[in-house]
Amino acid sequence: MQKYSIFNLVKNAFSNHENWDLAWKDPTPKEEYDVVIIGGGGHGLATAYYLAKEHNITKVAIIEKGWIGGGNVGRNTTIIRSNYMHDENALFSEFGMDLWRKMSQDLNYNVMFSPRGIINLAHSDAQMNAYARRGNSMRLNGIDAVLLNREQVKEIIPMADFSEDVRFPIFGGLMQPSAGTARHDAVAWGYARQADSMGVDIIQNCEVTGFDVTAGKINGIRTSRGNIKTKKVGLCVAGSTNILAEKLNMTLPIETHLLQACVSEPVKPILDRVVTFGAGHFYISQSDKGEMVMGGDLDGYNSYAQRGNLPTLQHVLTEGIAMMPFLSKLKMLRTWGGIMDMSMDGSPIIDKTHIDGLYLNCGWCYGGFKATPASGWTFAHTIAQDRVHELNAGFSLNRFSTGHLIDEKGLGTKTWIS
Amino acid sequence: MLHIKCPHCGMRSQNEFSYGGDASVKRPELNKEISDEEWDNFVYNRKSLRGKHLELWQHLFGCRQWIKVERDTATHEIFNTYKADEEIS
Repeated sequence: MQKYSIFNLVKNAFSNHENWDLAWKDPTPKEEYDVVIIGGGGHGLATAYYLAKEHNITKVAIIEKGWIGGGNVGRNTTIIRSNYMHDENALFSEFGMDLWRKMSQDLNYNVMFSPRGIINLAHSDAQMNAYARRGNSMRLNGIDAVLLNREQVKEIIPMADFSEDVRFPIFGGLMQPSAGTARHDAVAWGYARQADSMGVDIIQNCEVTGFDVTAGKINGIRTSRGNIKTKKVGLCVAGSTNILAEKLNMTLPIETHLLQACVSEPVKPILDRVVTFGAGHFYISQSDKGEMVMGGDLDGYNSYAQRGNLPTLQHVLTEGIAMMPFLSKLKMLRTWGGIMDMSMDGSPIIDKTHIDGLYLNCGWCYGGFKATPASGWTFAHTIAQDRVHELNAGFSLNRFSTGHLIDEKGLGTKTWIS
Repeated sequence: MLHIKCPHCGMRSQNEFSYGGDASVKRPELNKEISDEEWDNFVYNRKSLRGKHLELWQHLFGCRQWIKVERDTATHEIFNTYKADEEIS
């Protein structure tokens, strides 16, 4: 594999950049693999990469129905954070923060990780108390958290609405300075390129149509490009988990919902943090191109549409304008939607299943992108060692029946309520 | 924008409704031994079908009645709506 470096950049400039190697190959599926990963999104690609890198398992195929990076890793708002209160989520995400910090060097691919900090705004005394509690929990787990008062928030984001007579005045906020954003496509491409270079077959335009399960053991998968034998299958198909689960006669604690995001026209730099509105569900950051990147609530009913509906967008942007009135002057450039695995407690599932050799990675709700490296790392461990790592031990499938829920927001099972 | 035909009030915009989830989920019968698995299926496990999906909606900003809606989760086409207690063949 050609290394991406300033030297190679200059060298290739002499041949008009026409002689670069392809970043990954387009192989035809082999008859058999040691591990098959279903889903060529961020998590699937990362899993294959860590299987090869950490566990020396390279006879691996990634099976992707469409093209790699065309699902949620290309549809998110690129936010990376570990500002969680519960130990399971906090330790897992903080482990991921470390992988994010090293990712560009590790992958020899600039993922443009930008640790610009995230601020969750508070709009009442009660919310300030709740944030103080969450901040303290974070710090106990070694995660940076700073509780800001109104004046401190105003210094950082003076463009927010600090007038006295607003419906939801800003009382302060909780900041995680080390949180940030990254270039989402680069994450998928970086993992794909490295995984491919270590021998992983990335097979695109290949739909899984069924599974070969005999005597409680997985023996292979059936795809639109033929049958593939394997003893281990990892499911990384958030958004389509329920569809594949149905083929396995499994019913999971997951509902599939649609989440929208949008960007404004590009403007000059104005916002150098990620900011979330505390009186509703709205988050915003500014991309390197200058677009304001925004998102918020689910559309609110089960959906596989991958395109959203206007009432939700209007609702979300109303919150945005309440928080930062200047947004009303901007033109909308693009809106899009992605389909989420909404788990019943808001936390993910990375676990073995009752079928021998079938591993499950799903239920990412709103937070799949930031989890990409940690999810891939722990899932690769779970598959390679046939046992969960302590970092994902809490994300078990049976926690719903045993009552060990990780209900970060205390929402219960109505996943569409936010 | 979805348009949902409330069986009590007629065609209304989605903005008047709130969602209530899968309508095919049945609460385990009372006064009988109920296994953990049955509770699990009632409280947490969902088929979340792609395609025809029978679901509950409440006409919150209208007659406030709960209704059942048969909707396609991929195309959002609404095939039929029913009163909450209506038997569906």
